Amino acid sequence: MFFKPGILALFISSLLISGMTLYASYYGALILRYWDIKSGSETQLRLERRTYLISTIIGYALVFQLFSFFLFIYTADTLHPFFTGAMCAVGSLNVNQWGYPVVILKIITFLLAGLWLIINFADNRGYDYPLIKVKYLLLLVITPLILAETIIQARYFLGLTPEVITSCCGSVFTTDTAGVASEIISFPRAFMEVIFYIAMIGALALGAVFYRTGKMGYGFAGAIFLTFLISIASFISFISMYFYELPTHHCPFCILQKEYGYIGYILYLVLLLGGLAGMGVGLLMPFRQVQSLKETLPTFQRHLALTSVVLYLLFAVIATYQIIFSNLKM
Amino acid sequence: MIKSIEKQRNFIDFTLSSLWRRKGKNLALVMVYTLVVFSLASVMFFTQALKNEASLILEGAPEIIVQKLVAGRHDLIPLAYVQRLKAIRGVEDVKGRHWGYYFDPIGRATYTIMTTGAMSLNDNEIAVGAGISRVRQVFRGNTLLLRTFDGRPTSFLIKGVLSPESELLSSDLILMSATGFSRLFGVSPEVATDLAVTVLNKKEIPTIAAKIVDKNPDTRAITRNEIIRTYDAVFDWRGGIMIAILAGAVLAFLIFAWDKAAGLSAEEKREIGILKAIGWETADVLQMKFWEGMIVSLSSFLLGVILAYFHIFYGSATLFAPVLKGWATLYPDFRLTPFISGYQLAILFCFTVLPYTVATILPSWRAATIDPDVIMRT
Amino acid sequence: MIELKHIRKVFNEGLPNEYIAIHDLSLDIAAHQVTVLKGPSGSGKTTLLSLLGCMARPTAGRIMLAGREITSLPERFLTHIRRQTFGFIFQQYNLLKGISVIENVMLPAYPLGEPFSPLKQQAVKLLELFNLAHKAAAKVEWLSGGEAQRVAIARALVNHPAVIIADEPTAHLDTRLSREFMDIMGDFKAQGKTILIASHDPMVHESEVADRVVQMRDGRIIDAGVS
Repeated sequence: MFFKPGILALFISSLLISGMTLYASYYGALILRYWDIKSGSETQLRLERRTYLISTIIGYALVFQLFSFFLFIYTADTLHPFFTGAMCAVGSLNVNQWGYPVVILKIITFLLAGLWLIINFADNRGYDYPLIKVKYLLLLVITPLILAETIIQARYFLGLTPEVITSCCGSVFTTDTAGVASEIISFPRAFMEVIFYIAMIGALALGAVFYRTGKMGYGFAGAIFLTFLISIASFISFISMYFYELPTHHCPFCILQKEYGYIGYILYLVLLLGGLAGMGVGLLMPFRQVQSLKETLPTFQRHLALTSVVLYLLFAVIATYQIIFSNLKM
Repeated sequence: MIKSIEKQRNFIDFTLSSLWRRKGKNLALVMVYTLVVFSLASVMFFTQALKNEASLILEGAPEIIVQKLVAGRHDLIPLAYVQRLKAIRGVEDVKGRHWGYYFDPIGRATYTIMTTGAMSLNDNEIAVGAGISRVRQVFRGNTLLLRTFDGRPTSFLIKGVLSPESELLSSDLILMSATGFSRLFGVSPEVATDLAVTVLNKKEIPTIAAKIVDKNPDTRAITRNEIIRTYDAVFDWRGGIMIAILAGAVLAFLIFAWDKAAGLSAEEKREIGILKAIGWETADVLQMKFWEGMIVSLSSFLLGVILAYFHIFYGSATLFAPVLKGWATLYPDFRLTPFISGYQLAILFCFTVLPYTVATILPSWRAATIDPDVIMRT
Repeated sequence: MIELKHIRKVFNEGLPNEYIAIHDLSLDIAAHQVTVLKGPSGSGKTTLLSLLGCMARPTAGRIMLAGREITSLPERFLTHIRRQTFGFIFQQYNLLKGISVIENVMLPAYPLGEPFSPLKQQAVKLLELFNLAHKAAAKVEWLSGGEAQRVAIARALVNHPAVIIADEPTAHLDTRLSREFMDIMGDFKAQGKTILIASHDPMVHESEVADRVVQMRDGRIIDAGVS
């Protein structure tokens, strides 16, 4: 089982990302210890040069993590014929207890890496590297998570035994069985729709407010985060039905298939990137008063807020379009 | 935003000319890189294409094949079992299959002999696969001499050679009538090699297979799904072994790439020193190095994939022949249905471009952090 | 315009080959003047130039540029300032071989994201100033010494700097070309630029274009040249 090319590829990419991040965090620790911007000594100059290496590494890690997230789901999907009862990725991921944690960890590490890059970008605009300590502390948080993800992914794949009987998305995402997924589905559809649109409009409105006045930064970021979670839940709850044109099909992974025009990639990309930008705004709020960032930070935050708003709007538009024009009429 | 794009354009422009200025070194790199991509892509395309062919072929296979077991080995099954199986609810039809193996000392190969209802063949007429035709140099209208089970040479008239399109399956196949089969192998008409069971409802296949074995403990029931999965696993395993072997090559390539990236010639160091001195930041030089890597990677990747595509789908994977021919003297001259997917390319990307990029991060950074005043000090 | 306070520059600090290039140097460079750094090789002229031109950071001490402290600025900011404020003419010219004259002139502006065509036109104008427009597409290997230097000067001007820094500019030139060079510097001074030249050539430090000559030896100033 392990010798499938998809699994090998994921294993290699996770190993490489882990290795790179470990390497980066070693130097991050050195920087936390010895950094002194005022000094002109060789050590300081060497550390400053290292920062370029670290941000390059994390930049690549971010892109590769996103890539491996989609690759993982796709691979899980191709594995489903080997498991009795599995019809798509949902079934494959349910085979052992490591499947879903991998997905969640990949999303978390992607978001954290993205936030790191946002802080890095802001830090570089300050003439005295004001956020350097924050940045490298964050790195020390990200690294164990990436290592954990590599290990859990390996355990997932090594623990795949083809004879195990698992569930298909039809039975996971239904109200009959117990579990988080069915909790989500069992909310009354109208209720979820209302929540979704309130959350969306709220987040977009706060975004507009922040863009114009620079106030409510925390509120906006919080709203974006909540809307991120609500959007995923809404997708499972009702949006998916309209794409699949089937009231019983709620699977979050089938949407990535060719049959649906790969629209799933766009939906998830938009949500992930928009969420990242919005959360970045919130993350930078505490530093608005820092002397060296006073001029550049607000503009950067505004750009982030705009990106976030536009992307979330896109998500809402695509979802609404599908709801209106789908062949499924509820 | 526009400035950003202009800036990247300028960088790409400069990078292209920079790569060309050292064309010897860069062409060598691209060649090796392309070779690595080509090898891996060939293995992947080949494995996937075979898997596809297998599942297409198996679609026409019976849902369940029932074989009699004696002392744990496959034995001939009496046709009496047919009625017993037909009685099981859900079974649509049960037919006996007659097939076997024949070792030909002249061609030094093993042929598969099968009876078929699809062609009308007289008692001594046969149809042979293209591989047999080539090896024994026999064609339509010729006779083929085969030894029966009791040592008597019998000649069969070749009614036709099976079509080249079916070579992957039929290269070593001989089709004959039931009587001819009986005469050749001396099996009684009361037995078959195995039974093909068709089932109405696909979802019931595992249940019915279980019932069959339950009611007939001396048989085994092989479902089509199991066959597909087994083929899948074998192809993957074989493909995986090839990839594992190629891993050594990939590693060598990475070391080579690292060396090329890290081993800046004095001229290259001077160039970067000048760039830093005239006002390029470390980040700018890193960008340039990024584009270098991107251009090299993408062109090698593209070239390698295209070459592999042609190798497998138009060249019958000839470079793999020595490896695959291992246990078959008859190597079919086949045309695989071209199949390429984004998923395969993504996996190839992880095996090639990703490791290459990681290998060049450190050398690129070392190059980019040359001090601006170095050029003044020399 | 540029103030150096108690500058110290050490290379390979703490290692066996530690080298102190500049010991405790303080200097004020005035704007719109031609300042010449005179001294034998090994006196630290080149190191001083690189410090003045924001190419290197001092090991100790402080540097102010137009009143703003730049000692601890990260490389990114330093480079940004350097790009806008300084134009360098190197002793070896340091033109990129294998690309054309005009590309060499445009190179310092690539990271600024200027659109290609206006940038090219500006570069052509600069070459015209030095009567080299007809050689715009030529490869730098085919230029004579004097032509190469003029290309180097054109390159130094592409970002409209306020300060020109030249390191031993007349080292490979004959008398006529050396005089021509000092005339060009005089023109720049008239345009309001500040000029810094490191040279041990008498043609430079005895020229009437030079306003101030600073003498250096062993990493220290032995004569600040102010009257």
